[in-house]
Amino acid sequence: MELFDNLALGFGVAFTFQNLIYAFIGCLLGTLIGVLPGVGPVATIAMLLPATYALPPVAALIMLAGIYYGAQYGGSTTAILVNLPGEASSVVTMIDGYQMARKGRAGPALAAAGLGSFFAGCVGTLILAAFAGPLTEVAFKFGPAEYFSLMILGLIGAVVLASGSLIKAVGMIVLGLLMGLIGTDVNSGVARFSFDIPELTDGVGFITIAMGVFGYGEIISNLSKPEEDREVFTAKVTGLMPNAEDFKNMIPAVLRGTALGSALGILPGGGALLAAFAAYTIEKKTKLRPGEVPFGQGNIRGVASPESANNSASQTSFIPLLTLGIPPNAVMALMVGAMTIHNIQPGPQVMTSNPELFWGLIASMWIGNAMLIILNLPLIGIWIKLLTVPYRWLFPAIVLFCAIGVYSTNNNTWDIWMVAMFGVIGYTFIKLGMEPAPLLLGFILGPMMEENLRRAMLLSRGDWSVFVTRPLSAGLLAAALLLLVIVALPSIKSKREEAFVEE
Amino acid sequence: MNIKSQKDFFSGLFYTVAGAAFAYGATNYTVGTGARMGPGYFPLLLGVLLALIGAFVMFKALTVETQDGDKIGAWAWKPLVFIIAGNVLFGILLGGLPSFGVPAMGLIVAIFGTTLVVSLAGDTFKLKEVLILAAVLSAGSYGAFVLLLKLQFPVWPTFITG
Repeated sequence: MELFDNLALGFGVAFTFQNLIYAFIGCLLGTLIGVLPGVGPVATIAMLLPATYALPPVAALIMLAGIYYGAQYGGSTTAILVNLPGEASSVVTMIDGYQMARKGRAGPALAAAGLGSFFAGCVGTLILAAFAGPLTEVAFKFGPAEYFSLMILGLIGAVVLASGSLIKAVGMIVLGLLMGLIGTDVNSGVARFSFDIPELTDGVGFITIAMGVFGYGEIISNLSKPEEDREVFTAKVTGLMPNAEDFKNMIPAVLRGTALGSALGILPGGGALLAAFAAYTIEKKTKLRPGEVPFGQGNIRGVASPESANNSASQTSFIPLLTLGIPPNAVMALMVGAMTIHNIQPGPQVMTSNPELFWGLIASMWIGNAMLIILNLPLIGIWIKLLTVPYRWLFPAIVLFCAIGVYSTNNNTWDIWMVAMFGVIGYTFIKLGMEPAPLLLGFILGPMMEENLRRAMLLSRGDWSVFVTRPLSAGLLAAALLLLVIVALPSIKSKREEAFVEE
Repeated sequence: MNIKSQKDFFSGLFYTVAGAAFAYGATNYTVGTGARMGPGYFPLLLGVLLALIGAFVMFKALTVETQDGDKIGAWAWKPLVFIIAGNVLFGILLGGLPSFGVPAMGLIVAIFGTTLVVSLAGDTFKLKEVLILAAVLSAGSYGAFVLLLKLQFPVWPTFITG
């Protein structure tokens, strides 16, 4: 079996002492950061990206991947214990998880999240290994028109992720696309929107946007809330494991969540948040067993299912990245950045040109998942202690690390001025209820989209119908349209809002 | 005229202004035709699209009723100013401003300066605590970034190291 040969190669790479250490560091950092409220995986990876310059590419990506799913785990810990989403995809976990914690059942809730995630992570890794090959074949059939349509689908998917108004999210995407165009045009060599500033001819740095908008914007908005709202809940967590009744409820929920998450993760634009949200909606629709706690009041299924879904989705969302080179979400966009830093062009050729990187990364994901369960279950007590670090010590440190991080990307103070500007813009976005995540995705895809649009139109001699006459491209556009219609339907719309409203 | 949703109205305005600015800027470059797109084609297209989206959002904000008027609420000027100022100060202290004759003070001074200023953004400010925090962060950053990761920073002021 080729699959097993490949996995064997992967485990060979991942099980070297050095890579195990990096996977461990990544998971540990990711969990730590995920536990900190307000700092998500995007900001963490952005901060640590410069730190991976010196590492070999495989080690760097393994570590970044570790941060990614580590943060996913850590985020659920804060969601359950303190009713603060450590990052976006744990928003739904919060609803029932925190209620469980308040009833003194934080242990079973954390265990359900951990075990569900571990199971989902294993399944996700297997799917990734099994489908990456065949999907790469498909990728070679893609022409510029298909890539363009796929990116449209991906961006529409990102709109579904946004919790607020649809049209505003579309606006953020377009704004992101435009910002991505700042800098030298590859075809003509014209420096666009650079105002004759030499630093701007290279374009706006992704890290400066990510840190300014997500890092500074969030901190400012956090500080503007009264102190009581940030107060953390650190009652004693007693009784770690779920009982037999809990397991009975949990297992089908975990299975449903895993299946849903794996499927949604593969779709470009899908990803963890959408998966968690969809899984919770489905659980809410299923009938309660007699004597079961209702949803919103601490039902264990409301924790297990979305947690499994977001974890399996975060595994399978590597598929579009590794096979098509298209980042399905902001974190994956950062992974593209990391790959390009190490001179690896993401896309179908990664598998053939860097097989040890490709399979090593996949194998390390499974190892990472195993490490996380080891880290998280016994160390829950320590994570709770970390939450007692007062915010007044935390935020100066975060600002400082952001500033150091952006400076070290280019060793240039210009990036520090830029991050200040994006901090102000990011806070404005929060005040105006504009979702920054689609902006980031648009920013990454902007140049790629323009490039593929130009090529497709050149090949078709200016005929726009090329996007609907090529079957693959037409199918992708139809899927995008369908997605848009579904989200715009009034019944789904109200449900979508409902799931994001705290109950 | 009555604004029904303040947040949406100003987001729409933001989009329209940004879109129009990009579209206007794009006309300075060769636009070209569909088959041979110039550097201005795609930005012009997107700029117009963004401006239209903005106009639609504004229109909706003026017509669709919301429960509480979707007020933007007070701006948190204190954290905004101190966080951004702390960040800018870090840049100035670390790299200096050669055009204004400000010398580079290096990483350690920059960390102390930034921590002090940024801490002012919080509700409580205890000088002793902040100084300890800055010292810890300096030691940690020096160890992690300079010694372990070997990132290139000016660590000490230029007039000391020469």
